[in-house]
Amino acid sequence: MKRLLTIMRKEVRHILRDPLTLLLILALPASLLILLGYGITGTSTGVTMGIVDFDKSDSSRAYVERFTASNDFKLTHDLQNEEDMVRKIETDKMDIGIIIPESFERELLTNGSANVMILLDGSGNPTDVSTAELKLTAISEMANQDLILKKVDVSGQARTLQMPINTTVKTLYNPNGNARLYMIPGLIPIILQVQAILLAALSIVREREQGTMEQLIVTPIRSWELMLGKIIPYLVVCMLNLLLMIWMGDFLFGVSVRGSVGELVGLSAIFILGSLGMGVLISNISKTQMQAVYISVFVVIIPAIILSGLMFSRESMPDFTYWYSELLPVTQYLEITRGIIVRGVDAATLLFTSTLPMVIMSVGYFIASVFAFRKHL
Amino acid sequence: MTENTIEVKNLVKTFGKFRAVDDISFYIPQGEIFGLLGPNGAGKTTTIRMLIGLLRPDSGSAHVLGFDVRKKPEEVKKRIGYMSQKFSLYNDLTVRENLDFYAAIYNNMPFRQRRERVDEMLEMVELGHIQRSQTRSLSGAWRQRLALACAIIHRPKMLFLDEATAGVDPVARRQFWDLIYRLASEGISVLATTHYMDEADYCNTIAMMYQGRLISLASPDTIKESLPGTLLQIDLGDPLEAQKVLINDPRVLNVSIQGMQLHVTVKKESDINAIQRLLNKANLPPNTIEIIQPSLEDAFTSLVSQQRVLDQ
Repeated sequence: MKRLLTIMRKEVRHILRDPLTLLLILALPASLLILLGYGITGTSTGVTMGIVDFDKSDSSRAYVERFTASNDFKLTHDLQNEEDMVRKIETDKMDIGIIIPESFERELLTNGSANVMILLDGSGNPTDVSTAELKLTAISEMANQDLILKKVDVSGQARTLQMPINTTVKTLYNPNGNARLYMIPGLIPIILQVQAILLAALSIVREREQGTMEQLIVTPIRSWELMLGKIIPYLVVCMLNLLLMIWMGDFLFGVSVRGSVGELVGLSAIFILGSLGMGVLISNISKTQMQAVYISVFVVIIPAIILSGLMFSRESMPDFTYWYSELLPVTQYLEITRGIIVRGVDAATLLFTSTLPMVIMSVGYFIASVFAFRKHL
Repeated sequence: MTENTIEVKNLVKTFGKFRAVDDISFYIPQGEIFGLLGPNGAGKTTTIRMLIGLLRPDSGSAHVLGFDVRKKPEEVKKRIGYMSQKFSLYNDLTVRENLDFYAAIYNNMPFRQRRERVDEMLEMVELGHIQRSQTRSLSGAWRQRLALACAIIHRPKMLFLDEATAGVDPVARRQFWDLIYRLASEGISVLATTHYMDEADYCNTIAMMYQGRLISLASPDTIKESLPGTLLQIDLGDPLEAQKVLINDPRVLNVSIQGMQLHVTVKKESDINAIQRLLNKANLPPNTIEIIQPSLEDAFTSLVSQQRVLDQ
């Protein structure tokens, strides 16, 4: 026990001794939250649009206006021909092109129907592309509806006409579609994951690299004393990071915790312990700090960012990828933080889907690391 | 069990097919300074690492302070000190913090006692004036002395030094060995590996290792005297050419170049005239030829070349 405290005291000294280290491990995670929190606005007002209007009639202008009237599309290019349009899309100058043929108004008036061609750059983020696709279709449909109504109006029946289905969509939790409300609770787990795994792995491998591990092995200190003595100070560091990030989410971005802060902090502590345990396991198979960084980044951190559900939906993942992400406690922890912060649910509601798997895995990684950690070279 | 601090019998360690330590046996009486010598890769470090519990022997037995290193490694660890050539210290901690850390790791002594022990060590290695400096700013010699203090702060009965003087200037080495002598006079046994031959002269007993085996085990004086034949020191213009001339002569046992001089071991004293004639004939007239007392370095090169011949 005394030896455990001795190791802890030494680790705290390492952390406090170098101002840069202290700044890095305390301020950098919070700074990243600021950078990413401000950076991600989420609304796609930036979709640019160009038109080739061969008709130049009232009808064609009215049609184009429907798209520009919504804030989703910005008319940036008024072009003369199709080749110009394709070239603008190829060079990424704009995302959407609308071609209205010369006969647009005439055909609309005589036949009651006309053709329009819309080109959409599909090389972007698939989610954005399909959203744009949906919006384009919806606006086109509305244009159709209005035209039909107008036609009916001529026959004098419009006042009695009503749409058959009245749909009300109510968005729960995040009615304004505030992207920060979605991103901040997702960024906290990722930042803690990176922080915990690297702190634990590097602090052990550094001793191996500088030769002090050899010196420690020849002392009578027990493996678990050495390991816990190293990990506990870093648990404290990560908890400080967490509290700072929760506070900043509220103070800077207005993302307050709707559920129980106590539950959030308690479950976070378990997650952090598990992540520190993963770091210890990585240190066990790394001889140098470089190896430890590589294993951490490529085996845990990048999969955590991509697969945890921070950015992409996990439902559509193939089995192998899906189960790999299930093995990373950050995946379930992210559902917990979004649950507690955004939806205000309690941990019991998420018991079987997220809470229990996260706790079992984190505790598992931690216990495995205690037993696997041997003082060796 | 015995009053020997270390007893090693038929110790073997292999890495794959390579026999790093090949069936060695020796013992170290209490208070003795025991030197383990040999070229790089001879197995010195592997031997030490087995004795301090960093490596497990494949076969054979080793007892340190009466404890079997295989069965009771933790008991051994409590009672020994170890210092390697890396002087493993925490660079961002101060001199005093490093000492205090190791004092606390080893012992359950109360704070006051620990402080006194740290002060005592600072005084012994003369680092009291810089006790608040971070270790990274220390010179090699100071780091070395601090590492020694860290290694003995828990009053071990046995001290292992694995090339602990590597990379330190001769004056500092001298001071370091004075400290080691003091420890030995207080009853601490020392096992030291080195490739500085002048350091070997400080040892009571020297074991020479070559390719994992012990090829000689005796006091420095005995080793020097046991050298067969007579050693000649020849001063001449082109020692390299002269070496080629003499090396195949049946009267010559060993030839080595030491600085600008040639050390030649001949079978008997009277061969000196034959050597003189041989060199004159080869147009390499020597300036002086004298019979000298062999140094450990001569003994060492001679033993190794004998061993090479036996191996072939």
